[in-house]
Amino acid sequence: MSITPEKEPIPRLYVEHMKKMLEHGERIDGRGLLDYRSIRVILSPIEKADGSALVKLGKTQVLVGVKLELGSPYKDRPSEGVLQVHAEFVPLASPSFEPGPPDENAIELARVIDRALREPRVVDLEKLVIEPAKLAWVVYNDIYLLDHAGNVTDAGMLASILALATTKLPRLLKTEAGDYKIDRSTKAGALPLKTLVVTVTLGIIGNAILVDPTVEEEYLVDSIITIAVDENGRICGIQKRGERGIERSVLNKAVDVAIEKGLWLIGHVKNILNNPEKYVSPLSDMGA
Amino acid sequence: MSSKPVLIRDDGTRLDGRKPDEMRPVKITIGVLKNANGSALVEYGGTKVLAAVYGPREVLPRHLALPDRAILRVRYHMAPFSTEERKSPAPTRREIELSKVIREALEAVVFTNMFPRAGIDVFIEVLQADGGTRTAGLTAASIALADAGIPMRDLVIGVAVGKVNGVLVLDVNELEDQYGEADMPVGVLPNLNEVVLLQLNGVLTREEFNKALDMAFKAAEHIYKLAKEAFYVKYTKVVEEVK
Amino acid sequence: MKILVADRQLVRPGDCLAILEGDEIPPGPGLKHFPDKHIYVLGEKVYSDVLGVVSIEDGKSISVIPLESVYIPRKDDVVIGIVVDIGLTVWLVDIKAPYKAILPAGDVIEGFNPAVHNLRSYLDVGDFVVAKVAAFDRLRDPLLTVKGKGLGKVTEGFVIDIKPSKVARVVGKKGSMYNVLVSYTKCEVLVGSNGYILAKCPSEQALKALIKAIKLIEAKAHLRGLTEEVKTLLELELGVKA
Repeated sequence: MSITPEKEPIPRLYVEHMKKMLEHGERIDGRGLLDYRSIRVILSPIEKADGSALVKLGKTQVLVGVKLELGSPYKDRPSEGVLQVHAEFVPLASPSFEPGPPDENAIELARVIDRALREPRVVDLEKLVIEPAKLAWVVYNDIYLLDHAGNVTDAGMLASILALATTKLPRLLKTEAGDYKIDRSTKAGALPLKTLVVTVTLGIIGNAILVDPTVEEEYLVDSIITIAVDENGRICGIQKRGERGIERSVLNKAVDVAIEKGLWLIGHVKNILNNPEKYVSPLSDMGA
Repeated sequence: MSSKPVLIRDDGTRLDGRKPDEMRPVKITIGVLKNANGSALVEYGGTKVLAAVYGPREVLPRHLALPDRAILRVRYHMAPFSTEERKSPAPTRREIELSKVIREALEAVVFTNMFPRAGIDVFIEVLQADGGTRTAGLTAASIALADAGIPMRDLVIGVAVGKVNGVLVLDVNELEDQYGEADMPVGVLPNLNEVVLLQLNGVLTREEFNKALDMAFKAAEHIYKLAKEAFYVKYTKVVEEVK
Repeated sequence: MKILVADRQLVRPGDCLAILEGDEIPPGPGLKHFPDKHIYVLGEKVYSDVLGVVSIEDGKSISVIPLESVYIPRKDDVVIGIVVDIGLTVWLVDIKAPYKAILPAGDVIEGFNPAVHNLRSYLDVGDFVVAKVAAFDRLRDPLLTVKGKGLGKVTEGFVIDIKPSKVARVVGKKGSMYNVLVSYTKCEVLVGSNGYILAKCPSEQALKALIKAIKLIEAKAHLRGLTEEVKTLLELELGVKA
């Protein structure tokens, strides 16, 4: 069951101030309407995980850990490995988060990112089957929100794709009895990826489109739309959030903006993956 | 049956090269989160724990509030990717027990009577586990409380002493914890010489216990010095962005 | 008393600040806590209870000023709050304290009658209001009043949000920093004890400069030479000396 949430009121004064600034094409943090906040990446901060990445998008911080375990393939996909995406909005990330099982926002986020990875077949699941219908690799992509300052989706998607792209499979051993065992002390190659995907999240208020909304902007806007974009500029997923409608012409413009920004983000991801040494640093740099 | 691995070599060193009374490298970073009132990332070797504090703030639901003091809410939780095998995010009995033990240790130092009817929330997330997560978590929690300006009698430093192959060792890692004969996590007040957290899993003689406690106090001094330095670093770091 | 620390030294909870002598030592067993000074005495030793900076006055009186703290209301404090809920006879106001404050309808509306007067039309959810703390003690939530000059609903100007622990620095010793801000920007500035600042400025530029200056003070509150830095910033932003 989903219930209308109680929104933390932002004072009327600030709401009007933001609206007035938007009329001049300005945002409260000085960004242009179509600009992303600064993006900082730490690759492999959690050495014990099979893959991991921390993304700082402005003040929002998301940590993704990828773990590979053995399991059975889904019955309707016996020749494929399994991908599972989960998200936790842990209470340390925001004064308004309570401890407990994931709420509808965390679950929505996990499912949006899951679809964005699954539909364009980002992870080559066919290469992850071990014995068809019996045994396959299960890829767990766990998204941990550590600091909420808006647009957890894009930060979570970036961290997921970077973590998956830098994940190394542990070695698989076959015992004499014919069972399989994971040997985590040795790595056996990279997780096979077919393509790269990012999400672009936009806030829409009236005719204005804001890329990468902050927490205050998420409160202010009429709708929030997330569009997943792949390397070829194809749309691989859409999710509209918010309790108001979007006018069609604005929606069209938003999709154009999303594809343009999406390709830019993919370029950024490729740059990081081509120069990983530059982005490997200790977890303690997250405070910097 | 599989034999226990040899955890102490002939020359007396442990598998990771440490001497029995040597701690792993400790790293403390303060104020890593922007939303929390106070936060700290504490690393004991491969164990990485993040703690955040919110409060004192309103207690909801209101009936949980106490009339003459603040309540403490402490949650110790492990991220699914923190352990060797992926852990389900749902709270386990172990996490529930450790949340209680850590809360009680913090109750012994926080001046809760200064904030009646309010609440202080402490959230501990283990991001990578390699033994000693509750002790690193306790240290991180107390540093995060200090970072948030919560009045306390002292900082709390946690460290675990174990026994492997008959030898007392300081700051057990995961392997030593798994195959050792004893694991004793201790929480210490470095200035007031008090013990606020103490558990034992395993068997120790009276003499071994005394020696283990000494080792813990000595190690706590060392970690405390690093914590003091970390506060100083944060204090002098100036925020450059002034928008 | 033998003082072991220097003025402005950084201390942590449990750090020993001084050793008391003779009849300075309070009688009786146990710990004696002095929360306003952020120190406690155990035996003959004086300890800090918080992460903060030592303040020694006249070489005798020792206290610790916390680097961070939440706002705890005190009677007669002037605060700026946000209305978060409306009851039949009261407004609930968020004043950044661990307790929501209460503003009774009768305080705002003469001869208040719930059947006649609609609270919403005076103060609505999301409105800023300047008020004074009329009462607060351990047993009940803070009570506000708007009876007084300059108090009431905020209808013009802008409200700046800072950490309550930095309010003292924005005001400065004997109001020195406050005077710098006002004389340079020519804004009317009201500093709420709880970390909200109401500014009525003659121009957008003045407001922007004021916000920048206040954010600078918030970031560098515990460092020396701040007043000069603020003056330089304001001169740069406004192109003029006071």
